[in-house]
Amino acid sequence: MSTLEILFYALSAFAIISAVMVLVSKNPIHSVLWLILVFFAISGHYILLNAQFLAIVNIIVYAGAIMVLFLFVIMLMNIKQENEFKKHLLVKFIGVLSGGSFLVLLVSLVKQTVQLQGQKVLLKEGNIGLIHPLGKALFTDYVVPFEISSVLFLSAMVGAVIIGKK
Amino acid sequence: MTILSFDWAFIIEKLIMIAIIVFASLGIALYTTFGERKVAAILQDRPGPSRAGPFGLLQPLADGLKLITKEEIIPSHADKWLFILGPGLAMTASLLTCAVIPWGTAIHVFGRTVELQIADINIGILYVFAVVSMGVYGIMIGGWASNNKFSLLSALRAASQAISYELAMGLALIGLLMTTGSLSLKTIVEAQVAGNWWNVVYQPLGFLIFFICAMAECNRTPFDLPEAENELNFGYHQEYSSMKLGFYLFAEYINMIMSSAIMASMYFGGYDLPFFDESTVAPNIAAMIGVGTLLIKIVLFIFLFMWIRWTIPRFRYDQLMSLGWKTMIPLALFNMLLTGAIILAKL
Repeated sequence: MSTLEILFYALSAFAIISAVMVLVSKNPIHSVLWLILVFFAISGHYILLNAQFLAIVNIIVYAGAIMVLFLFVIMLMNIKQENEFKKHLLVKFIGVLSGGSFLVLLVSLVKQTVQLQGQKVLLKEGNIGLIHPLGKALFTDYVVPFEISSVLFLSAMVGAVIIGKK
Repeated sequence: MTILSFDWAFIIEKLIMIAIIVFASLGIALYTTFGERKVAAILQDRPGPSRAGPFGLLQPLADGLKLITKEEIIPSHADKWLFILGPGLAMTASLLTCAVIPWGTAIHVFGRTVELQIADINIGILYVFAVVSMGVYGIMIGGWASNNKFSLLSALRAASQAISYELAMGLALIGLLMTTGSLSLKTIVEAQVAGNWWNVVYQPLGFLIFFICAMAECNRTPFDLPEAENELNFGYHQEYSSMKLGFYLFAEYINMIMSSAIMASMYFGGYDLPFFDESTVAPNIAAMIGVGTLLIKIVLFIFLFMWIRWTIPRFRYDQLMSLGWKTMIPLALFNMLLTGAIILAKL
């Protein structure tokens, strides 16, 4: 095993363990903190793929901004495990069933995809995740989807301001 | 063994450099606390700390010793692990920034060329932003884990302040990045060394916005709302004692040093000494002159921070928010548009 492969497996294990901890933590604040660690592990994977720009933007946007807002809301609402909303057993059962079938669907999809069979992950190759190629691609090949998504963001922002003013 | 086939000399070189930079930052931060008290004393026309050692120079050591030997108290209803994690995170996040700052040109020792920068990554400034956005977790986790209403309120204030000013900071930087065309701090500094003028000449408005936002990100007066004593007793570190409190206070000073270093590198030429041709002296001496120049610039910025702190009173919270969202962000957008228009006109 090369150093890169060791890093890959270590990061994957780190990501999966943190993701499991998000689910099993009783305290919502702890869940959010574990989720931040998941984002860090994913950013590590991006760096292994030579996509440093994506890695750092993932940290700035998800770990840095969105998770702060999550923490913010949870701290303000002061959710404690004592007064947690008790769920009915049937609701729990349905949740397990639908989540489990989605997992089976995803696994079977990954197993059946021809392009993924016998493939190893590309490590330290490709340059689409660096800032110059990514910027070029966004503003030449994908300029229409890019502009449409910016309009979507703008309308969401206007909507948020209007709701906030009420 | 293919696993261990690194360039070991490279790793040792980097480890030594990390150790030097981290300890130097801690040492400078130690004496920044002393400087702060002396500057405050001079501005208020009193002698300041003067008992420990000549001119009170041993005062920071006495303060440190006092903090370490005090009793540590963890509140009974606190979330113990997060309570301990908070100050550690604050300290780590503020020290991580030093990895991308170019401290000088390369030096030559034992036949090796050693770059005076821990990592020249091609996303240098974005890395700084990521670390800055991590810094708020130390405050939020500490404030929440203390299980105290004042601490929690202060932590929430800190978080919303950091998010608001990060936006304007990023927008102010876009103007600079448009003119330099690179995110690497090394490239930005080298362009200023080679060019005629420092970036502050091309981006005066951008620098002003960046400076104000940096002050807000460091929680310095007039933006130290998270620790407004008259409203919140003491702020997010109210329940902390001993060296955990020391870590929070220290992290603020390290943040100040790092943001001074970033501003000096991006807008004021970094290690560039003006009116001096580095090629006339030996490369190692030129590198040392560069490091000294950067340190002097950092000290000047820190003095400016302190001067402002002891001159201007604290904002009210709504004033802080309206300054951030209604003045800084539109100004930064205007700066961005202006820079873009000038670059287009020059093409």
